[in-house]
Amino acid sequence: MPKIVKSIVITGNGTNCEMEMAHACRLAGSDEVDIVHISMLLYGEKSLDDYHFLNLPGGFLDGDDLGSAKAGANRILHAGIEGRDEKLYDQFVRFIAQGKLILGVCNGFQLLVKLGMLPGFDGDYRKQTVTLTFNDSGRFEDRWVYLHVNWQSPCIFTRGIGDLYLPVRHGEGKFIAQDEDVLERLHDNGHVAVQYSHHHYADIAVDYPANPNGSIHGIAGICNSTGRIFGLMPHPEAYLHYTNHPRWTREKLPEEGMGLNIFKNAINFLRGASL
Amino acid sequence: MADRIEIGFKEGIRDALGDKIKRRIIEHLQIAVDRVRTIDVHTVDGDLIPGELEKAAAGPLSDPIIQEYAINRGLAQGFEWMIEVGFRPGVTDNVGKTAKEAISLLLGISSDQLRGVYTSRQYMIDGPISRHDAENIASNLLANELIERYEIVDGKSWDHQKGMAPHVPRVFGGDRLSVEEIDLDVSDGTLLKISNERVLALNLVEMKTLRDYLGDDAVLQGRREVGLGKKMTDAELECLAQTWSEHCKHKIFNARIVYEDEHGAFEKIDSLFDTYIKGSTKKIRERLGKDDWCISVFIDNAGIIRFNDECNLVFKVETHNSPSALDPYGGALTGIVGVNRDPFGTGKGAKLIFNTDVFCFAPPNYDKPLPKRILHPRRIYEGVREGVEHGGNKSGIPTVNGSIVFDERYLGKPLVYCGTAGIMPAVLQGQPSHTKEIQPGDMIVMAGGRIGKDGIHGATFSSEELHEGSPVTAVQIGDPITQKKMTDFLLIARDRGLYRAITDNGAGGLSSSVGETARLCGGCEMDLKKAPLKYPGLNPWEILISESQERMTLAVAPEHVQAFLDLARKMDVEATALGTYTDSGKFHVRYGEETVAYLDMDFLHDGVPQMQLRAKWLPPRHAEPDFTEPADMGKSLRGMLSRFNICSKEAVVRQYDHEVQGGSVIKPLVGACNDGPGDAAVIRPVLSSYEGVVVAHGICPRYGDIDAYHMAACAIDEAVRNAIAVGGTLERLAGLDNFCWCDPVQSEKTPDGEYKLSQLVRANRALYDYTTAYGVPCISGKDSMKNDYQIGDTKISIPPTLLFSTIGKMEDVRKAVTMDAKQADHLVYVLGVTYPELGGSEWYAMHGFVGNQVPKVHAERAKALYDALSRAIQAGLVASCHDCSDGGLGVALAETAFAGGLGLFIDFALVPSEGIDRNDTLLFSESQSRFVVTISPEAKDPFEDMMKGVVIGCVGVVLSEGVLKIDGFRGNRIIEEDIHLLKAIWQKPLNF
Repeated sequence: MPKIVKSIVITGNGTNCEMEMAHACRLAGSDEVDIVHISMLLYGEKSLDDYHFLNLPGGFLDGDDLGSAKAGANRILHAGIEGRDEKLYDQFVRFIAQGKLILGVCNGFQLLVKLGMLPGFDGDYRKQTVTLTFNDSGRFEDRWVYLHVNWQSPCIFTRGIGDLYLPVRHGEGKFIAQDEDVLERLHDNGHVAVQYSHHHYADIAVDYPANPNGSIHGIAGICNSTGRIFGLMPHPEAYLHYTNHPRWTREKLPEEGMGLNIFKNAINFLRGASL
Repeated sequence: MADRIEIGFKEGIRDALGDKIKRRIIEHLQIAVDRVRTIDVHTVDGDLIPGELEKAAAGPLSDPIIQEYAINRGLAQGFEWMIEVGFRPGVTDNVGKTAKEAISLLLGISSDQLRGVYTSRQYMIDGPISRHDAENIASNLLANELIERYEIVDGKSWDHQKGMAPHVPRVFGGDRLSVEEIDLDVSDGTLLKISNERVLALNLVEMKTLRDYLGDDAVLQGRREVGLGKKMTDAELECLAQTWSEHCKHKIFNARIVYEDEHGAFEKIDSLFDTYIKGSTKKIRERLGKDDWCISVFIDNAGIIRFNDECNLVFKVETHNSPSALDPYGGALTGIVGVNRDPFGTGKGAKLIFNTDVFCFAPPNYDKPLPKRILHPRRIYEGVREGVEHGGNKSGIPTVNGSIVFDERYLGKPLVYCGTAGIMPAVLQGQPSHTKEIQPGDMIVMAGGRIGKDGIHGATFSSEELHEGSPVTAVQIGDPITQKKMTDFLLIARDRGLYRAITDNGAGGLSSSVGETARLCGGCEMDLKKAPLKYPGLNPWEILISESQERMTLAVAPEHVQAFLDLARKMDVEATALGTYTDSGKFHVRYGEETVAYLDMDFLHDGVPQMQLRAKWLPPRHAEPDFTEPADMGKSLRGMLSRFNICSKEAVVRQYDHEVQGGSVIKPLVGACNDGPGDAAVIRPVLSSYEGVVVAHGICPRYGDIDAYHMAACAIDEAVRNAIAVGGTLERLAGLDNFCWCDPVQSEKTPDGEYKLSQLVRANRALYDYTTAYGVPCISGKDSMKNDYQIGDTKISIPPTLLFSTIGKMEDVRKAVTMDAKQADHLVYVLGVTYPELGGSEWYAMHGFVGNQVPKVHAERAKALYDALSRAIQAGLVASCHDCSDGGLGVALAETAFAGGLGLFIDFALVPSEGIDRNDTLLFSESQSRFVVTISPEAKDPFEDMMKGVVIGCVGVVLSEGVLKIDGFRGNRIIEEDIHLLKAIWQKPLNF
């Protein structure tokens, strides 16, 4: 018997891609999918402990007013759960320790990075070593990008995926590492899961617009060392059906969108995992 | 005490904002600067110890990887000039609010210890510039002095150890609250003076009506019982002015008009709105009979139509012109988040699914002296664009459709049209969701933001021209995140049945939202003292009419009040019970125990006297152009493609998230390189279904210079044919009308008011004629009637402008079509007839002419064509379809080609036309109801079969070679242009 996979999609305070993220989880086969407002976590009405797959969708947490996801990260780090002696952050740490899966897209990726959960070197999930900041263009852009997938990466979500074509929709997606050592370590240990590329998916894109934000080495998404936490700027939940593709009226495309595989990998992994 | 925390980028980290500002200084102001860097400043008004400040700076306020900070000293060093820009007291500071929340949470402290955080930004400029240049940069680019202050520091005198002194822009309100009583038992002249001085925008007849009301013994008797007398309180007067404003009551659209035509024949019209707009919809609904799919029209904040058995669609388009003239960013941001609340506050509330935006600006390269108080069009363009970007993107609502129209006459007031649609379950808790009901005893609850002085007099201000004394408080800045939190909360409250009715606080604030909803039960009584304020010192009348954003008013049954307030608290949304709905027949407002307004509901809502106006139509005659057919038609086409009204708007479109919510089907950018101009948007609001929504619009103000009747007809036709072009059908297409006019009331200020009103009458007639002919009912709309600027002798009036938006249902989005040529060897068709109709065209405008041959819409023929084309698209026979509008066939063909990355060969001898003897006329005539269509050769027979009875011409073929080739009538090649070059020319003008 396959085990029941439960997914949670956190929303509130400016998150706005929760609906399509939940839809992706359902299409991918998750048995239960709950969109949960963060206040329900903070008031103890829901708990991360009851789920296997944590989705942090795109949006503008607190308007990204202090820099993308900064105020959102501050909330997770410091807000306590009503009536319990724990912070929301403690639930995150427990979730990770149990080997469950976390996917952060766009603002969710920014959140994971600023919490220190990605790349999470040496199991330290509170130390920020990389960041996502303002695009070189100085503007928000909605643009489809080609992504090269690193097969050497332990990333669970990108397993077996050859190419990805997805939209970015952000103003703060430029990936920067703290220093050369961090960058080297990211590459050496396969943290770098997806990179902006040119349209044949092979060459890494350095220049705008193929690299839409000026990210170093075209880094578009990274995972932790176990591959169970994954964050990326492009939106896999925005390409679930061929009619989402910007050229579906002129190209023959499979029924399912490329983004769905990310979610299928997650659900399939969880179904086989003993959690 | 206050402390300053400054955050800047570490050396070597790119400052993208600084780079962008540098570009703008060079491009907009032509001042050469070498480098611009930025620093964000948080001025912390509180009692924080150094360790706490350090924690805040290192924690939520800065990013350790790329930023550094300084506390109570200057972070900046080594610059030539520094400009620090901060908000004036009372202006919405969203970042400051977030910083305060984050620091409070981090340190676990209360508002007593941390009273506020105020943000400002420093720009460090390097380059050989003078103080005068720095002043210029500060006042013409960086700061809008209406809402911001700035300080300039010379690098030579800068002491970074000392830094800048903290400046706290707190609002110091007087604690002496007062209620003023105004004696209206005065002369007519004094009445008018009162109206003018208080920005009431009421005319003499209306002021006299107020005077008479207070002369009624029965009224006085009632007033005495609550402690009021023969004078009117300021709260009452302001409330009446808001409720009776042109903005809220649409007095011109409801006026009795005597219209005289060019032959001297008279006609009496009792309300344009009732006669033409409601009249047309009524006729169409009667025709539909039991198949009527209109659910709620003209009675709520937005119109409602059926989507399917489970859901209804809600759509509204608004304008926010006057505020956008003064503060483009804040005005436009407020415009978009403001219109969001219309569908959100319709029926029992709708989930928002898309935004639309249409802007009318003066050209961005305007180079003549600017009249007083007018911002440069480029600054308005950038500000408005950014305002809608922040409003739409941060609300998580895709901006799917829009356009930008340029005309110098929008210099005085830009037009900023913002639309929002929503979807709602047809039934909630077993009750229809589209109606509102309130029972006496229900509580009046306000949810969302707090009340400040922002937006006071917004309704009355937009009911008059922009003048010297236009109030600064009319400007406000929206806060999309506070609104998002509120809408997240209210949708849950809706689904739990926690409230009975909902409406938004827009123009007129509480006076309007409570006043309007109180009609559903017959009265209300509320206490303004309970209303949460942004800062102390607001007088009762200000609380009553403030237009502070992000607020909804709800009617909550007493048994649900606790649950409602509890949920709000948990979800971090402020909600406050202000009073109760009653059946007393009175609009009763108190401040504590003291009554500040006591008006009869009937008088408040129905007391405004009907205006009596005259309209006289005299068709203008313009010079006919005298230029000859150009020898180099390729050059002509290139010139047309680079015109602001025709060129690509990609740079703006990309900055709007048009895909969030995951249902994007036809995007605003389409084609082989995702950069062609889509005709209309298609989205799937329900991700588990293939049913879709089509959204389009039409706007063509230039035709109004010849005849506003045809301007309106063409706008409607354009909106309809854009929807048809992507796969919509006339069977399920609704319209929204947004009239933006210049003052059409004859007066000393407006000596041509009778003509302008005749234009309005004619536009309305066209609206009636064409919506009924197409069977496209208007379901909602809005008018903005005073789009003039007058300071001193300078008067600028906008050209009368009708935006017509369409929303339709598509049964299966997989049938949708885009405008780009798909494949070589496909056949090219032109659908519809081309006439010599260059009056008001872009082609004439390029030569400095208006002309007289305005395009006319032949509704019956057009309808037959639309129905046939819809069937062909449904049958999958159409590979691409593009509507012909500005720039006619020439532009449509070029766009079809370069969007598809393919060439075209076109033979003009095969294009269906009547009365045309010049190639340039055929190329650029703007005749309506035409399309460029491509189909695969195999589809030829079935396609032509299906199009029997309508005029089409197979005019050419798609080429693999990227060249647009057109042979003229006489068989000679008139155009042979590389499509990549054409595209580059088309992409360049607004690519900044």
